[in-house]
Amino acid sequence: METDFLVQTLSSIVAAATPVVLASIGETISEKSGVINLSLDGSIALSAMAGFAVAFTTGSVTLGVLAAMAVGAFIALIIATASITLRQEQVAVGFVLTMLCMDLADFLGNPFVRKPGPSVVHWPIPYLSEIPILGPILFDHNLVVYLSLLSILAAWWWIYKTQPGLKLQGVGERPESAFARGVNVSRFRYVYTVVGGALVGLAGASYSLSIKLGWSHRHTFGIGWIALAIVIFGGWSPWRVAAGCYLFGLLKALGSILQRNPAFAAVPTQIFSSAPFALMIFALMLVSSEGVDRLLALLPTRLARRIDRAIRGRPPGGLGKPFVQG
Amino acid sequence: MKGILRLKNVLLGLAPVVLALLFTTLILVAVGAPPVEAYRNILSGAFESWQKIADVVAACVLLILCGVGMSITFTAGQWNVGVEGQIVLGAIFATWVARNLLWPQVPVLTLMLLAGMLGGALWGALAGLLKVYGKVHEIFGGLGLNYVAQGLAIWLIFNPWKPADGATMSGTDPFPDPAWMPRLGDLRVAPLAVILALLSAAVVYFLLRGTRWGLELKAMGKNFRSAFLLGVPSTPRLLTAFAACGALAGLAGAIRCSARYGRMLPDISGGQGYLSLLVALLAGYRPQWVPLIALFFAAVGVGSPRLELNMQLDSSLGGVLRASVVLAVMLVGGWRALMARRQETT
Amino acid sequence: MRVELVEIKKHFGPVRANDGVSVTLEPGTIHGLLGENGAGKTTLMKCLSGYQAPDGGTIKVDGQPVSFASPDEAIRRGIGMLHQDPLDFPQMRVLDNFLLAFDRRMVPDRRRGRAMLRELGARFHFDLDPEAEVTGLTIGERQQLEILRLLALGAQFIILDEPTTGISAPQKAKLFATLRHLADDEGRSVVFVSHKLEEVEELCHRVTVLRRGKVTGEAEMPCPVGRLVEMMFGRSLPPVECPLVEPGPVVLQVEGAAISSYRLAVQDVNLEVRAGEVIGLAGLEGSGQRLFLRACGGLERLAAGRVLLDGRDLTGAPYRRFLDAGGAYAPAGRLEEGLVGGLTLTEHVALAERNGPSLIDWADARRRAVERIRHFNIVGQPESPVEALSGGNQQRVVLALLPPGLRLLLMEHPTRGLDVESANWIWQQLLARREDGTAIIFISADLDELLERSDRIAVFYGGQMSAPVRACDTTVEQLGYLIAGKSAGRGA
Repeated sequence: METDFLVQTLSSIVAAATPVVLASIGETISEKSGVINLSLDGSIALSAMAGFAVAFTTGSVTLGVLAAMAVGAFIALIIATASITLRQEQVAVGFVLTMLCMDLADFLGNPFVRKPGPSVVHWPIPYLSEIPILGPILFDHNLVVYLSLLSILAAWWWIYKTQPGLKLQGVGERPESAFARGVNVSRFRYVYTVVGGALVGLAGASYSLSIKLGWSHRHTFGIGWIALAIVIFGGWSPWRVAAGCYLFGLLKALGSILQRNPAFAAVPTQIFSSAPFALMIFALMLVSSEGVDRLLALLPTRLARRIDRAIRGRPPGGLGKPFVQG
Repeated sequence: MKGILRLKNVLLGLAPVVLALLFTTLILVAVGAPPVEAYRNILSGAFESWQKIADVVAACVLLILCGVGMSITFTAGQWNVGVEGQIVLGAIFATWVARNLLWPQVPVLTLMLLAGMLGGALWGALAGLLKVYGKVHEIFGGLGLNYVAQGLAIWLIFNPWKPADGATMSGTDPFPDPAWMPRLGDLRVAPLAVILALLSAAVVYFLLRGTRWGLELKAMGKNFRSAFLLGVPSTPRLLTAFAACGALAGLAGAIRCSARYGRMLPDISGGQGYLSLLVALLAGYRPQWVPLIALFFAAVGVGSPRLELNMQLDSSLGGVLRASVVLAVMLVGGWRALMARRQETT
Repeated sequence: MRVELVEIKKHFGPVRANDGVSVTLEPGTIHGLLGENGAGKTTLMKCLSGYQAPDGGTIKVDGQPVSFASPDEAIRRGIGMLHQDPLDFPQMRVLDNFLLAFDRRMVPDRRRGRAMLRELGARFHFDLDPEAEVTGLTIGERQQLEILRLLALGAQFIILDEPTTGISAPQKAKLFATLRHLADDEGRSVVFVSHKLEEVEELCHRVTVLRRGKVTGEAEMPCPVGRLVEMMFGRSLPPVECPLVEPGPVVLQVEGAAISSYRLAVQDVNLEVRAGEVIGLAGLEGSGQRLFLRACGGLERLAAGRVLLDGRDLTGAPYRRFLDAGGAYAPAGRLEEGLVGGLTLTEHVALAERNGPSLIDWADARRRAVERIRHFNIVGQPESPVEALSGGNQQRVVLALLPPGLRLLLMEHPTRGLDVESANWIWQQLLARREDGTAIIFISADLDELLERSDRIAVFYGGQMSAPVRACDTTVEQLGYLIAGKSAGRGA
């Protein structure tokens, strides 16, 4: 009984974390190349709407998912063009796009509000889902959830193990060195920003077609900002970013369990809905404040270095800066 | 020749607006709505009567106050995304005064406005403190605090400030009469609020141009490390910039609940803080441009609910129009710079 | 591989960095490219190695005209360049740096890469740990990594741009041995770009001298030093006179200072500096000298010890108190840390007046800006934004902004990147200040500058400071050994 409950909870955390995982992995990829896609919150909303609208109209979930990915990729393409070719401030463009996408999602999504529609079908992976404990947690979901798990693995393998991945790191780290080695910096940045954007679009689709079915006003409630913060918290490394996502999911689940507990009935629900954002601030403080530096300085150098590496990551050296060749 | 050049500049200046209109027109065509009628609805919705014009002016007040405030933080190189929450805190502080101090109008209103400024300033300074001491980027700090402020407002309305007939999303009981800011006859606009907004634009313009404080903020915004080594006390300057912007946003919050609703609402800011960020971005951080842009934004905002009424379209089209104007300004600006660079190299 | 550069031209705006330069570089030789800063050496080599496209002229490799659109194309033809600040990826590991854009397969073979790195390293006696992060390496080691990478890519023709700046004496010896081996035993060509006569004398077979974008002479080595100097400067340089200043009372006292960061710990530093004294801080980059200098100005927290300025205890006090007490700090990166890009000279003048009135009188500020522009020979207008000025003029602005009557001036690399004349002018200004009783502490990577300008030199190695030596009793070699952490050279 106890284990059942635990397995069930963990399984629902894995499912619920899908959009955050996809979005933060997507963002990790584009930030690794040096481009900040700040539009996440808007991108997710617009692609969630588009995904649902297309699936609803055509009756095909696959088309819906593809449409959502295209929307996310297109928004990322605007960011890439504005920041790489037109050298505008990435943060400014991203912020304006966030607002634009939010309103666009509301406007275009109006006819689809609170309509029941299709969703991604539940599909336990044969054999794998029958593994005790691990099976139900990881392999008893739908395809989009599996894609989120796969995205972590694939991003890690691609970035750290392959030649294009090494170049991707180089482009974000020190574009002038990458250029010196024959890497086309602008093209890399374009490609990976758009690829990251497509994953963000998939995150949107997972929202409206798998997690919180359908579409309504402010449907995705701030999840993009959380994902952006988790990328920083996870130090731009796919594994740690993913760990951040599941930790966040775990805390959220604990929150809702507490909320249902009669002992906490007196705690107003608003505390629970603001809590993730307070948590976001706290988590960012944990990985970047100087107080941590001072604590580390008290420890033996080697240990301090190891802890430092484990809990924090340095942003790619060229993050947010335009690259001017020559 | 000179005339042609000037004409070209005017045309290029208008290009973003044309592009944005083109974009929204495309969207309207895509959903099968007649574009011209939609724009006519927005226009008439904003200007058809004195009452509507008054509404536009009233909406302007908030955008001016926050936009001007944000030109301070932008000058200091900070993205004070937290204005939304600073508006809410201003409203909360003002509401506390309105509910607890049953005094005559002049002292109560004065105190409400001051309390609002205090609330906003504290919330702004908190984002600054998180940035300086917690190294949390102000975008995340500010956004987080926005949601926390929102939660706080809802909690207050649903618990200690619950109306006698039960809490709803329509807010607290109306304020006692002295806490209502006097309006211009039947029109929903408070002259005092308009004066305060324009005054704030003038004052901030002067502060940024003529004072040491303004110069130091500018230096910090352009190069934080250099400014520090040149002796600019960066931490106090940063905190005062956040607090000043917060104070203006808090003032806006106080005005909103006192002049517009006469009560505290859960959604008192209604996304106006984010909107004013667009105003400030479009103004290019120059406070003197804020009122004009705010007027355009406010008109679109007041006019677009007409779309829902007459055409069964969502009013967020107004938001699409506003944001796409800002985006188009950036893209066209970048494109012109690109062309200039290309010309230079050939 | 034989490379001919014919009438190479490269302009940057009105500046003619290369104005019709022709050089022939023979295989199997070490060819020196000599000239002062700004003579056009680096530009010429960037044109050759594909970093920049020349505006005119031809490049011939073994008689064939070539043009390289990128450094990648150049290295495919066997031409590789090692930059002054090695173009690597500091936050990545040595092995990843080596493999990036080298192993062109989809999934690089790490085991092979590691073996290759070891084998090549062994051939040149370079000991690099493939798993170490590049941030932790010295500049010398980073150069070694780049050299190995270029060789692995099959470079027959290797260009080194000022490779001896910031490396230790033993590393320099190793580098020179490697270059000789490459040229003499393996028949490759080496171009050695430098502004240091002694190094060119020691290493090169042939030398070409550039001045202001033109070739002013070519010579087989050995060649009389006087002739080279004349080619470099157009005249023989008069020896710089060091005015003797009697040191005054103690200005700065540092007692048992320790700065702990988990990257490097500076320990137990004691120093007394008197009014009018000039102290040079030497050491490899990241040995603690910068941490120490910053700590003197209240920019770094002391873990232990005290700092006193004119007898007042400033330990733990913020930077502002240090400024109030008559201190000033001039950082190395002028546009990064010293000046504010986007602000005009007038705005800088107004800003630098820390205790100026709250309301700025812009007319008055402009007047003062004009006055300083004249006094400091700055080429610029009061309305010029600082980023529009040249590096030398920016450094003049940095000096022009320092308040008069300073007690203590802390400087990082006061003349880095400046030509000899600008550097001399800067030092004249600094030395004039010492006569008013200002104590100066500066960091430099240029050993000649340290020896020539300081009264005493303190050397940092791994966070430890040596006892200060008197500059006039010390030779370049001794200093080089101290920097490398060898006490053998400690004579004075």
